[in-house]
Amino acid sequence: MARIGVFICHCGENISSTVDVVNVADEIAKIPGVVHSVDYKYMCSDPGQTLIIEAIKEHKLTGVIVGACSPRMHEGTFRKALEVAGLNPYMCEMANLREHCSWVHEKSQKTTNKAYDLVKMLVEKVKHNESLHSIKVPVTKTALVIGGGVAGIQASLDIANAGHNVFLIEREPSIGGHMSQLSETFPTLDCSQCILTPRMVEIAQHPNITLYTYSEVEKVEGFIGNFKVTIRKKAKSLDEKACTGCGLCITKCPNKKIPNEFEQGLGNRTAIYVPFPQAVPNKPVIDKINCTYYTKGKCKICEKVCPTKAIRFDQEDELVELQIGAIVLATGFDIKKTDFFPEYGYGKYKDIIDGLQFERLASASGPTAGAIRRPSDGKEPKTIVFLACAGSRDSAKGIPYCSKICCMYTAKHAMLYQHKVHDGKAYIFYMDIRAAGKNYDEFTRRAIEEDGANYIRGRVSRIYERNGKLIVVGADTLMGAVPVEIEADMVVLATAAISSKGSEDLAQKLHVSYDQYHFFAEAHPKLKPVETNTAGIMLAGACQSPKDIPESVSAASGAASKVIGLFSNSELSRDPLIAYVNKSAPPIFSTCVGCFICESVCPYNAIGHEEIKDRDGVIIKTIAYINPSLCQGCGTCVAICRTKSIDIHGYSNKQVYTEVISLLNDI
Amino acid sequence: MENFEPKIVAFVCNWCTYAGADLTGTSRIKYSANVKIIRFPCTGRIDFMLLLKAFANGADGIMVSGCHPNDCHYTSGNFHARRRWIVFRTLLDFLGIDTKRIVFSWVSAAEGVKWAEMVNNTVSEIIKLGPYKEYQEIAKEYLQNNEEDGNE
Repeated sequence: MARIGVFICHCGENISSTVDVVNVADEIAKIPGVVHSVDYKYMCSDPGQTLIIEAIKEHKLTGVIVGACSPRMHEGTFRKALEVAGLNPYMCEMANLREHCSWVHEKSQKTTNKAYDLVKMLVEKVKHNESLHSIKVPVTKTALVIGGGVAGIQASLDIANAGHNVFLIEREPSIGGHMSQLSETFPTLDCSQCILTPRMVEIAQHPNITLYTYSEVEKVEGFIGNFKVTIRKKAKSLDEKACTGCGLCITKCPNKKIPNEFEQGLGNRTAIYVPFPQAVPNKPVIDKINCTYYTKGKCKICEKVCPTKAIRFDQEDELVELQIGAIVLATGFDIKKTDFFPEYGYGKYKDIIDGLQFERLASASGPTAGAIRRPSDGKEPKTIVFLACAGSRDSAKGIPYCSKICCMYTAKHAMLYQHKVHDGKAYIFYMDIRAAGKNYDEFTRRAIEEDGANYIRGRVSRIYERNGKLIVVGADTLMGAVPVEIEADMVVLATAAISSKGSEDLAQKLHVSYDQYHFFAEAHPKLKPVETNTAGIMLAGACQSPKDIPESVSAASGAASKVIGLFSNSELSRDPLIAYVNKSAPPIFSTCVGCFICESVCPYNAIGHEEIKDRDGVIIKTIAYINPSLCQGCGTCVAICRTKSIDIHGYSNKQVYTEVISLLNDI
Repeated sequence: MENFEPKIVAFVCNWCTYAGADLTGTSRIKYSANVKIIRFPCTGRIDFMLLLKAFANGADGIMVSGCHPNDCHYTSGNFHARRRWIVFRTLLDFLGIDTKRIVFSWVSAAEGVKWAEMVNNTVSEIIKLGPYKEYQEIAKEYLQNNEEDGNE
């Protein structure tokens, strides 16, 4: 006979303010099989857990229901408590009284009744729970880091320095990411490349790191500790071992008018190119879309001039298969381009640029060698308008979130401009100045007070051209919303930060969750910020949400520490909530009839054949066999099985049918 | 018909809709308490006999919800669920079961608002349809005759 204990949590007032927890506990106590039912203020706290542990011992409980928050939050906590008390951890079920009840309903008898129903359902379910033991799987102590921006670099170095092998893959020809494009960084105004490039070199030289640039993830299979990842190494048309990086091919390439992506289109590059002088690896790739040989069939000048004969026009994409234990996602972000804004001319005005383009203008290694020149005629702009929140915090544009970095970099831009153009005037239209960070507010104050940036609180409704000037029409809401019109030489839009191109695709390959903006979703917004819901895959940097450099770096180190923690075990424990084929005594052996439809639906190829033989080795019957180390417990085979011969631990037919029946009936 | 409190069961997957409903909670978006969630690892696990079992036991409406196509935590469970649902729906329709009482949807872990809307729409739709007496009457008789193996 089951002896079930029920523990209803108040969660401070989170549950008890809308659900009559005492009433729930009292009513549940009347259900047959429930021998102990109590409520307590904080079940997850130490005294709360002790309460459960003591009750298990005192009442010889065989099953425990905790009516509290979401099991996604504290299932692990309470399973451990059961283990401490000597009860199998899988004899615990959690009723979600907070996220699914008290937080979403008003205080009423109906809400209390729902809470009762949710607990009741699990009381009946837990009667059918079985003792289970976690499955041990080996760990491949090699990490894969996807994305070679500052976050990916940091994560790779941290993991490699702990003594593990790392594969770092980057889809561009060089690592460095957006940080390598920046001129100077807030709030210290130190040169971005000066602090980043030593890190990039360290990556190239680290004995534990294998760098694959110009490469993308093709396929991901397996699970935590045992991923099998296929990488597509795009053809660089170059023998990297032979190439010395002398750059002769680049100077001789006749195709010199290709907009340079690294310079955000403000400069040109050749078809065989290195994105920027400090690139790692500092060896060129041939851009097949623009190369004269690939498009027209003749040229091959680079091949002729190459002193080491390193050019390989016949090179093809290569697929590499890697055995990986953990993955760090660090794919970063993109920004909206100026053509996103009809009110600011759909990108048709050359002198309306985005924040990254301004970074290139202000960068000493940029197309103007650090001089602020407007793109249309190369003149020095004497009046410049910065627009913070261009697209961000604007539901009408589909981007209701704050891009986080714009307030700070706009202040930095105004500062850099004032330092370079002493007689220039900088205006900044803003909604709020969000400068929460170490020395951040001081920095924006400095832009206003010492460098004389003119901050105007209000939004810009329209920008148009008149007599070679850009007329910026806005309002000053601190002056009673008076209309403001500024004749500007150049306008910089702090456009919204968006998820990196291809994020959705990658998330689907890796089976990680993502939000409606295609930023990757963390496992818990507060307590698991660098992990995803898919065990063994971590998040670093702005692929999760807009982040500045310090935040990206700390997230990367956080993700790395999670990977290193994982690698400190020689084997992992996995939830045993997996499927199995039933077995019975001869002459039936199993109700499985060997149709193997389950085999065709299993996403993990976990289902094989098992031959049942008699003493002479003659096969009596062939039935399905589920490999426990491959099964991930989705249960698709259970639902598809015609003879109900497959069942799954934790969500067995008995358990789920009992849940349905008990939920809908009075007991 | 007034004061009709429909009983609605929601079969949801652990990774998308269950998490989405958690987000509805953390965002404090209110919805009707008539819907009660049963957690499954994946919509692929949902045996459609469970739907009939729910109707037989007094459910007035049923929701089935999981990850969007291509987003399945287990790669393809939701596709199998969708395929099975397409076949099963035709069969139910043929048998005279009101398929309007079954709402099949995709709600991701980020769609807390959508979940609340789905629930409220379903509840008001079921209230319009009224209690599912027809099925319950037939089922009552059946259940009484098969008491002993009623839960399989």
